[in-house]
Amino acid sequence: MEIRPILASLRKHRIPATLIVLEIALACAVLCNAVFMIGQRVASIHWSNAIDEQGISVVTVNGADPKLAASDIPRNLAALRGIAGVTAVAAATSMPLDQNPALSPFVTKPDANTTVNSSVYFIGSDGERAMGLRLLQGRWFNADEYAGSGFKNFASTGHVALVTQSDANRLWPRQSALGKTLYSNSASWTVVGVVADVLAQDPKFSGPGGMYSSVFYPLQPDGVMGDYVLRSAPQDRERVEREAVQVLGKLQQGAVVEGKTYAGMRSDYFADTTSMVWMLVLVCVVMLAVTAFGIVGLTSFWVQQRRRQIGIRRAVGATRGHILSYFRTENFLLSTAGVLAGMALAFGINLYLMEHYEMSRMPWYYLPGSAIALWLLGQLAVFGPALRAAAVPPVVATRSV
Amino acid sequence: MFGYYLDLALRSLKRNKVLTALMVLAIGLGIGASMTMITVLHVMTADPLPDKSVRLFYPQIDPQDMEGYTPGREPMDQFSWIDAMNLLHARKGSHQVATTGGRVTVRPPQGKSRAFFADARYTSSDFFSMFDVPFLYGSGWTADDDDRQARVAVISRTLADKLYGADHAVGQALRLGKDVFRVIGVVDHWDPVPHFYDLTQGSYHKTEDVFLPLETAIALGQGTSGNMNCWGHGGFPDPRNMKNANCVWMQFWVQLDTPTQVQAYREFLVHYSEQQKTLGRFQRPPNTRLHDLMGWLDYNHVVPGSVQLQALLALGFMLVCLVNTVALLLVKFLRRSSELGVRRAMGASKQSIFAQLLTEASLIGIAGGIAGLLLAFGGLWIVRHQPVEYAPYAHLDMAMLGATLVLALCATVLAAMFPAWRACRVQPARVLKIQ
Repeated sequence: MEIRPILASLRKHRIPATLIVLEIALACAVLCNAVFMIGQRVASIHWSNAIDEQGISVVTVNGADPKLAASDIPRNLAALRGIAGVTAVAAATSMPLDQNPALSPFVTKPDANTTVNSSVYFIGSDGERAMGLRLLQGRWFNADEYAGSGFKNFASTGHVALVTQSDANRLWPRQSALGKTLYSNSASWTVVGVVADVLAQDPKFSGPGGMYSSVFYPLQPDGVMGDYVLRSAPQDRERVEREAVQVLGKLQQGAVVEGKTYAGMRSDYFADTTSMVWMLVLVCVVMLAVTAFGIVGLTSFWVQQRRRQIGIRRAVGATRGHILSYFRTENFLLSTAGVLAGMALAFGINLYLMEHYEMSRMPWYYLPGSAIALWLLGQLAVFGPALRAAAVPPVVATRSV
Repeated sequence: MFGYYLDLALRSLKRNKVLTALMVLAIGLGIGASMTMITVLHVMTADPLPDKSVRLFYPQIDPQDMEGYTPGREPMDQFSWIDAMNLLHARKGSHQVATTGGRVTVRPPQGKSRAFFADARYTSSDFFSMFDVPFLYGSGWTADDDDRQARVAVISRTLADKLYGADHAVGQALRLGKDVFRVIGVVDHWDPVPHFYDLTQGSYHKTEDVFLPLETAIALGQGTSGNMNCWGHGGFPDPRNMKNANCVWMQFWVQLDTPTQVQAYREFLVHYSEQQKTLGRFQRPPNTRLHDLMGWLDYNHVVPGSVQLQALLALGFMLVCLVNTVALLLVKFLRRSSELGVRRAMGASKQSIFAQLLTEASLIGIAGGIAGLLLAFGGLWIVRHQPVEYAPYAHLDMAMLGATLVLALCATVLAAMFPAWRACRVQPARVLKIQ
């Protein structure tokens, strides 16, 4: 395809051509950034979490008398074990993603400082099995450690702790964490095991540094444990959760009993992210549609204006295919100019957002990605008007308009 | 003349319905999306107490020890019990209030239904008068009730309706956990947006259902909620011994009516910090702040970044729609070169052609504005059904409604300027010759 005649004709229609380029550039810039935001949010919805998310249900009891906890909790656990389908039960102080952060800084020397706040979990006997934690190194807590560890000032009175793999790598890089001493607020514990990464209680609040920073302590039955964690097969979890709420409601009169499947907890935590993703997708689709309409409108106008010229070209031997590819090439040239400007603009917007909002650098492949999307959109939009142009009969050339 | 332009415009718009619809749709979508987001932003940055906000202030002091001390850092944004009480009893402002959030277990009378949680606010007595809380029945408590640790409570209209029927609530017994309180007031619907007096609960938290005297609630060990920051080596405190802990967990507000009072209060805060340092309680040099209400909201970034990003995105989207409108209007006007040429030849001036084309654009603008308004209503309806804490407040008020129409009209007329200018430069002789 000869490009020079196209360029010559575009030079004559400088203003509509500039408008198309401008529209494509703006659409490309907005699209790049919107898709990048969508990508980041979708990635956060899929953060991995090394517990048995599909099989766990959590029932929270609040307002029970803490003085009776030592006898209430074992009784409640025994009753919950009686529910059909339950494979493990334990009491705990909190769960990942429960949006109720209990954070402490952990360091490897008594007087060191850190900016990372780790989520603290106290689990009762059998907690590792009920949650479905995955042990990578070392061992679980033994029965003596569960029975001999208390809760004081939001820290453990015991001597042992489990850490996540991320924390083990962060605190003791290139060393085994097993047997090392973990300090927080001048108290200390020995690391007996390393578990696969478990999410924080509120990872969005903890930020990238604290997202997978979690410490587990054993705890004897204590009034601070409000969560009962039940594990079952995934297909049983709704029934198990319902029955557990009934059982605990009867046993703990006067307390507030609320149940949730862990899958429900997770989707609750990410609900606003999900809605934001849909909003962004909607805006992108509508914006692309508007851009396409603009291209259709302008190209149709050109086709109508040039009916006579098209007729002449057909009369002197151009095929329909020639006319079709003329308009498509023209659109391709305009789109190219548009996406080049658009990519520069997108990069600039990303820099601006990085400066003023919590935004990271956009990976380079978003730029050509959006460029290709807009090229395709342009070709799609121009197809209708170009077909109409190709349908102009040669005889038009002989008529005066 | 305007009537004639209007007639011409309507004829022209009817001639090409598809193009007209496309333009109205493009403007409508752009306006709809951006007005939805701007309305959300407008609601979220609203002044919760327009009559009083300039006189309400939130002080900050720096009670921490020297560990991790960096000069110039912002002080903590809450108060320990001791400092809050010292400031409260100093009575340096016209009113002052120390307050903290809590959660109580409500046990309905006669075991009507299961116990449930309610959000509570533990506060000193000035809260109600200082924040202009409207009472449906009864009233708040007095400073004397505070000191005596009186077992009285003020509840919301919603909770009163649920428990007793709002008309009979005053004088009833309210069981919270193991303790019994006497209801002395019912608060009418009161939902300041943002939840300015305690931002640690979430900036758009709903107003609490139960209000208890601060001293009473803490003495009885009713559960507190919200942020707590501790320092030193004590770790977190025992919930039963919060009064002496090296932790900040309370909010403090003061009403200062004149600039002189404000200046005096600033000096008082510095003086207080120095005095506490002499006593050995504080270690750092005085580091104090005094924000007014709107300044405090700003300092705490109450508008989430994601909402600002959405608003930016919507504006970008509107820009795309506007460029699109410019393009479509250009097409529309240039197509009519011959018609405009005839009008010019018959004696119409450039100005009158320009005015005629702008009239046409205004019609499109108004139609687009109405379409945008409908879309914004739809958009806000969607926002209200999203699981975000500001969702209930996403409503279009009269001001925003007017702003939507004006914005649509202005944007379209602005977009039409260039195409109209181009179209009225048509040379009549040339156009007629081609014909």
